Amino acid sequence: MLEAQSLECIRDDRLLFNDLSFTVAESEVLQIEGPNGSGKTSLLRIICGLRLAEAGQVLWYGESILTNREDYYANMVYIGHLPCVKGDLTVLENVRSLLDTRSLTLSDPEIEAALAKVGLASYEDVPGKALSSGQRRRILLAFIELSRARLWILDEPLTALDVQGVALMESMILEHRQAGGSVVFTTHHGMQLDCDMSSVQLGRKKEGSRC
Amino acid sequence: MLKAYYHLLIRDLRLSLRSRHELANPLIFFILVVTLFPLAVTPTPEALQTMAPGVIWVSALLAVLLSLDRLFKLDYEDGSLDQLMLSPNPLMILVLAKVTAHWLLTGLPLVIIAPLLGLFMSLPADAVSVLIYSLLLGTPVLSLVGAIGVSLTVAVNRGGVLLSLIILPLYIPILIFGANAVDVASDGLPVTGQLLFLGAVLALALSLAPLATSVALRITASR
Repeated sequence: MLEAQSLECIRDDRLLFNDLSFTVAESEVLQIEGPNGSGKTSLLRIICGLRLAEAGQVLWYGESILTNREDYYANMVYIGHLPCVKGDLTVLENVRSLLDTRSLTLSDPEIEAALAKVGLASYEDVPGKALSSGQRRRILLAFIELSRARLWILDEPLTALDVQGVALMESMILEHRQAGGSVVFTTHHGMQLDCDMSSVQLGRKKEGSRC
Repeated sequence: MLKAYYHLLIRDLRLSLRSRHELANPLIFFILVVTLFPLAVTPTPEALQTMAPGVIWVSALLAVLLSLDRLFKLDYEDGSLDQLMLSPNPLMILVLAKVTAHWLLTGLPLVIIAPLLGLFMSLPADAVSVLIYSLLLGTPVLSLVGAIGVSLTVAVNRGGVLLSLIILPLYIPILIFGANAVDVASDGLPVTGQLLFLGAVLALALSLAPLATSVALRITASR
């Protein structure tokens, strides 16, 4: 459903990658691999349409994401390094305001069920500033769980998560894959996924090889 | 689409109301500057009356300028701005919601307190009502045009100076026509022309500034 065509990214006069092409099919889990500074985050921001590639294009069902933002964004969700959590809003309000950007209005029980799933049951009315960084990441897990997006783009989703959190993320990805959804992610932590995975290597002399 | 506008507006209002001290800053600045002026110059009613339109308008403009920085900064720092840009709703609508919240929390309080300060500066009653109209038409333009500047400088560390350089030239016509309307009204002359000009600029800013801001935000994010 997502197709990257000969992408090129230059940052501060350094060529991070060029002629990088890959596709993401339904039920596919794709890991972007590479050392620090090899352009993983830049690549993810390019396929989100947040960053512009120096060359090449990203297609969503055959149409450029830049001309088709509305349809693409209704079907994808992106989680970056930053927590997106407001200290002055409660956990429930934080999830709600994230869902509002996607025009999803869910009932309280639905959101509470998702919060319980990510281990934030009974935290609904706690303000964001009282949470640990791991708990803030868990708010984002509840958000992607509720987002109804078919494509998840996750930049270092395991940051600050404990062992149970990592297991939770893994099971969420597997569940999402079984439901026909796709995931593109980067991670430096070992993610033990019990399914077929493809990968894209960055930061080598010859980029874009696929295993 | 309207729902997205409404939800974001409510979220921003709620967030600001929970950190009230930030909220009071522009208003206190406005009141302080205007009240300090008569202490520093000869406070005869005639002298005050001539200075009043300029002093009140300049203070209002600077108060808005000081508060602009917060418009996108917090959302940029915690990543919420990325999520807004990944919304299936048009970014323009979301920008308009944020600007509306900004105006309701900074521009509107200035408009409400201005008549008191006008009387304090011994403006005649007719001029006070024109002061309210001119601020009511002018301050939304300050927020709308300011948003363009903020969206360009939000990623720059200490972008305050740059921000002033970008938007002050755009503020000057508003200042001239706003202050002039009050000035002319205190001489008892008609001010329809000035107010119509401010209204026209407001219509222009309302239709074009959100578009320019959303494009500028996309440019900022692509860095």
